Amino acid sequence: MKARLALTLALASLWHRRKVLALVCLTLTLSVSLLLGIQYLRTEVKQSFTSTISGTDLIVGARSGQLNLLLYTVFHIGDATNNIRWSTYQSLKEDSRLDWLIPISLGDSYRGNRVVATDENFLKHFRYGRDLPLELAEGQWFEGVFDVVLGAGVARSLAHQVGEEIVLSHGGGRTSFSNHDDTPFTVTGILAPTGTPVDQAVYIGLDGMEAMHVGWESGVAIPGRTLTREQAARRDFTPDAITAAFIGIERQVLTFRIQREINQFAGEPLSAILPGVALSELWRLMGQFERALVGITGFVVITSLIGLIAVLLTLQAQRAHEIAVLRATGASPALIASLYILECVALALTACVMALALGMAGLALASPWLLANYGLQIELRPLTPEEWTLLALVPAAAFAVALIPAFNTWRQSRRLGFGEGADQ
Amino acid sequence: MTSKTDSTSNSSPNAETAIEVSGLGFSWDPVQAPLSFPDMTLKRGDHLFLHGPSGSGKSTLLSLLAGMLRPNTGSVRVLGTDIHRLGAGARDQFRADHMGVIFQQFNLVPYLNTRANVTLPCRLSELRKQRAEPGAPEEAERLLAALSIPEDHWQRKVTRLSIGQQQRIAAARALIGAPGLILADEPTSALDTDNRDRFLELLLHLAHRHNTSVLFVSHDQSLARHFGNHLELRGDRT
Repeated sequence: MKARLALTLALASLWHRRKVLALVCLTLTLSVSLLLGIQYLRTEVKQSFTSTISGTDLIVGARSGQLNLLLYTVFHIGDATNNIRWSTYQSLKEDSRLDWLIPISLGDSYRGNRVVATDENFLKHFRYGRDLPLELAEGQWFEGVFDVVLGAGVARSLAHQVGEEIVLSHGGGRTSFSNHDDTPFTVTGILAPTGTPVDQAVYIGLDGMEAMHVGWESGVAIPGRTLTREQAARRDFTPDAITAAFIGIERQVLTFRIQREINQFAGEPLSAILPGVALSELWRLMGQFERALVGITGFVVITSLIGLIAVLLTLQAQRAHEIAVLRATGASPALIASLYILECVALALTACVMALALGMAGLALASPWLLANYGLQIELRPLTPEEWTLLALVPAAAFAVALIPAFNTWRQSRRLGFGEGADQ
Repeated sequence: MTSKTDSTSNSSPNAETAIEVSGLGFSWDPVQAPLSFPDMTLKRGDHLFLHGPSGSGKSTLLSLLAGMLRPNTGSVRVLGTDIHRLGAGARDQFRADHMGVIFQQFNLVPYLNTRANVTLPCRLSELRKQRAEPGAPEEAERLLAALSIPEDHWQRKVTRLSIGQQQRIAAARALIGAPGLILADEPTSALDTDNRDRFLELLLHLAHRHNTSVLFVSHDQSLARHFGNHLELRGDRT
């Protein structure tokens, strides 16, 4: 019965002071939204990051560290240390234990986006996210030597359509001065958005890669020695080497044995990595930063809770009469102190509910925009236990800080009496 | 809490004396000589007019009687119970059960409406809730009507009402659930003469009906004629 009285009094008191408290509650709401939002995005980004590539059991490249190999093959960051001989790739292809292989040849770029030379296995076997296949939004996969398929991000940012002709550049970099002007490529298809680095690359055949480099043996085009489209159609372009290969293994128990065999390959120094392991190692490196971010937003919440206490302490002076009345009517100091705790926790709960609503509304509005403009796929989903815990910590912290004014009031109300007694 | 309510209420309703004070002394400052209060006994249902100059300890005496201050010496029996023998929680509950209090001003909880202010004691004390006939809201309305608070003010915010109305609402709160004793600390000092007399008449009339004793503190000697018992404090220090 007393608990119910305390609750009704606390709620009535909050409602009475709603104008002053609305601002404090808003501050708290914003900081809780920030905390929750960052935690939410962290989970989402981690999910999206670790599912950049899936279904691929091994990535094979020239001998190097696993992070380097992962970065240049999957994230298109950095360069390969060396190539794999075509003969090596062929011998891997003949291994019956390997279900499929996707050859990858890198080195050129198109307006800052990587050119990836591969074959039809890329479309067929590459998986991302929760085992999602690649899909063509428009057109079809390349067939001819000078056909190119664009990633969704490239097509969107450069506003390319199927049927357009584009000129690829030699080497990396956003602005390149040596372009493959003699061998323009025709856009035959555009991939659907994936939210992965796949969106930020263009795809050509291995033969196309070879064809446009004829006459470029010295690193620049030697006039008269490059091919025209007509000449190219009559030639065979089997490459000498590729940069890396993605491998799918049907019997996954064999993965570690095959990895060891490739690492000990006698023909040339190779590295085979498990993409999942490399991805989580990469995420661990970046994890420090995001943990710091959550820590900072935690402090923002604490700051606004301290602001809340400052306001409650200021209001306390105005509440002396009311407390005297309650005391004289027989309310115990504990009941009066509990009013502060209830009010503070109720404010924190209100802020949490509003932050949830704000976050959900914000996400619902922003997620189509994020996908369209940044290829970020962030969906509305139920909160994880970790996020609920973080959210529950807010009223718990409010309870803890409310002990300050509550104790103050408890002490004050024990000494409160009539008239001049109240002033002493 | 409930068990304490029972134990204190058993002894009190049959008690013949409202207040019994003996050898009471109190000091805010241990270095100073304590204020000493005259011994007194007030019969149940009788009213007492308490007056004296400023600083003579009128409010201190009320706080001691209400159990909100602890005396250095002596004892206070209210309705037969030595209230300073009770623990802090039991003393608060005793006050909720058996005492009504009216202050000089700022008597009401600003965020409760008129009726909720009046029924507040019934929510703090099961005993007063039971004694409110036929129920707490009904008695509150009856008291408010008797104290001439218009019906459209009952659900209104108390901060919008005049001082005179606020004091009468405080009187209704003190009277609800028929406590044995009402402690009134200069409740009329903020009222004009007409209001003051009417307030006092209504208070004493309704208190009489409930067999409630009123201890009324005022420096206004013209009010003394309403009371059968008088006591003057001089602020003696022993």
